[in-house]
Amino acid sequence: MVLKAFFPTCCVSADSGLLVGRWVPEQSSAVVLAVLHFPFIPIQVKQLLAQVRQASQVGVAVLGTWCHCRQEPEESLGRFLESLGAVFPHEPWLRLCRERGGTFWSCEATRRQAPTAPGAPGEDQVMLIFYDQRQVLLSQLHLPTVLPDRQAGATTASTGVLAAVFDTVARSEVLFRSDRFDEGPVRLSHWQSEGVEASILAELARRASGPICLLLASLLSLVSAVSACRVFKLWPLSFLGSKLSTCEQLRHRLEHLTLIFSTRKAENPAQLTRKANTVASVLLDVALGLMLLSWLHGRSRIGHLADALVPVADHVAEELQHLLQWLMGAPAGLKMNRALDQVLGRFFLYHIHLWISYIHLMSPFVEHILWHVGLSACLGLTVALSLLSDIIALLTFHIYCFYVYGARLYCLKIHGLSSLWRLFRGKKWNVLRQRVDSCSYDLDQLRLLVVAVQGLIHLLVDLINSLPLYSLGLRLCRPYRLAAGVKFRVLQHEAGRPLRLLMQINPLPYSRVVHTYRLPSCGCHPKHSWGALCRKLFLGELIYPWRQRGDKQD
Amino acid sequence: MEDERSFSDICGGRLALQRRYYSPSCREFCLSCPRLSLRSLTAVTCTVWLAAYGLFTLCENSMILSAAIFITLLGLLGYLHFVKIDQETLLIIDSLGIQMTSSYASGKESTTFIEMGKVKDIVINEAIYMQKVIYYLCILLKDPVEPHGISQVVPVFQSAKPRLDCLIEVYRSCQEILAHQKATSTSP
Repeated sequence: MVLKAFFPTCCVSADSGLLVGRWVPEQSSAVVLAVLHFPFIPIQVKQLLAQVRQASQVGVAVLGTWCHCRQEPEESLGRFLESLGAVFPHEPWLRLCRERGGTFWSCEATRRQAPTAPGAPGEDQVMLIFYDQRQVLLSQLHLPTVLPDRQAGATTASTGVLAAVFDTVARSEVLFRSDRFDEGPVRLSHWQSEGVEASILAELARRASGPICLLLASLLSLVSAVSACRVFKLWPLSFLGSKLSTCEQLRHRLEHLTLIFSTRKAENPAQLTRKANTVASVLLDVALGLMLLSWLHGRSRIGHLADALVPVADHVAEELQHLLQWLMGAPAGLKMNRALDQVLGRFFLYHIHLWISYIHLMSPFVEHILWHVGLSACLGLTVALSLLSDIIALLTFHIYCFYVYGARLYCLKIHGLSSLWRLFRGKKWNVLRQRVDSCSYDLDQLRLLVVAVQGLIHLLVDLINSLPLYSLGLRLCRPYRLAAGVKFRVLQHEAGRPLRLLMQINPLPYSRVVHTYRLPSCGCHPKHSWGALCRKLFLGELIYPWRQRGDKQD
Repeated sequence: MEDERSFSDICGGRLALQRRYYSPSCREFCLSCPRLSLRSLTAVTCTVWLAAYGLFTLCENSMILSAAIFITLLGLLGYLHFVKIDQETLLIIDSLGIQMTSSYASGKESTTFIEMGKVKDIVINEAIYMQKVIYYLCILLKDPVEPHGISQVVPVFQSAKPRLDCLIEVYRSCQEILAHQKATSTSP
């Protein structure tokens, strides 16, 4: 089998030395991690490699020699390099050689032991694959299928070459800790050898985050203890708490904040990404909420809003009354069931009368209520939107009642029609006089608009809650961090020389990023997608603007 | 080693197949699709603008004309970036895997790489496409659970759609490499 040598692009111009890395026998591939320069003491090299092996659980060893010299290697150098093979025994022994300033390389891999099968060559063909060490170290491979019984340390033949390479580089961070300014016994060349990469801001943030997290975590536990106390479990507070979307959203945000400020470190990259996504989501929410707050409280907009509210409610009620009067007569010349008309019409008119009295009762307090509601925007835009949704639900409750009656009747009619359609298509032709009075209630644009607006507000809140902003930002700015796979490019090739390939990271498409890293939102999302909303409107199924008992708890 | 031949696709358009033999274990096949023809572009633009002008004479709103220009530009950009594929490449590297690249007219490239351990075989399959029966080359992937099963069929050269003669050329070369790979993988 062709031997694949994965060589880091940062070591291409390094001086001659030993190749340090890992050999994966099942895929016949050698992953070179660093180059160790002359002069060195073999004992110290073996000690260092044993330390690295223990710290990282990766089978790091000396794989061969690397020669980067001005012209063809001299005889003495050649013999010296061969003698190194005796000092560091490894099967197979790689010899990579490159002329200074030349493009083509020469690679040989020799096996000292005699081949067991007759006809197999003592020397293997070598294929060189260059990879960017920094990108491979920082990236996370998202393979399409994950085997269920795969363990963290084992790499069986079924995991594949790429997973082995990414795994090896990611776990050998210990090897990359020393740079050339250190005064250690050995000199290594790798991606950090020009100086270990670090950021002052990141270090300061890390130091400061400890006590801050502790403080905030204790505050949040206090808040959750208060909210879990027995007073809120009694009816009617528990009923309100479960129905209003504001309480739901506040609970959700509290959960998110507890996750962010928890003092436990994230165990694996998935948890870390989730934390980062939650932080980004909360920050965006608060930023949008503060923008809304500053817009609302400037130039006395709240006063204008409050002044406009009562006349609008009056106007709506008047229009509804006109509509009902029209329907109780002969709408569009249709002849209807007079008794049913009168009953339903008078019932709805009484509803409207009650509601208008309630609105007039509330009118002096509206401005204060709106001002305090506006303050809630500093908790986040989603909280403000949930409050708005609740207020709309409460203000238009009478319209919702009409919608419920109308939708139920319409639903009954649709069921009746569908059962009769079968009969119509069968043997008898039956002319039925349909009752059109209940159908026309659905054509009321106002009701549809209100219900649709509530549904849309819920979907918007869900979108802000569940969008993984950190992952999307990472995919936009640092696409190599989220890898769907790799791509290869064949470099300049000369006959007789080994094949050279460049391995680059293939970033994950945006749809898969959203799908993999979507934050769990509150339980109404799977039930209320956009398509489901339209379908429910059309078929007459009831749309509940609040959470039902049967919804999934998250 | 590089050579180029011209074939035709299932609709009769001209395709150019470029074969590069880098080494006995690495081959690349590059299929170039016919370019966007000026005639069809002009026809579509004229239709859209005539329709917009007709609406304008009905409604007397000049926004329709600017909207039509906008839509034409956006539509053309979107077509070049997301739909029109210029070149499709198949790169086979023995013992590493198979890579398929599609380059779009706007320069975007989308690459898929399948490891050799997952590839079961490359075959030419028949399919019913609209009113025709066509041949297409596809890669069969192994099923991790069942040793003799196939988990996925990945078609190659989906937008170029070459005819059988072109497919046979590519198929023969790929089978040489796969046979070589199977022979060397069984020996230690």
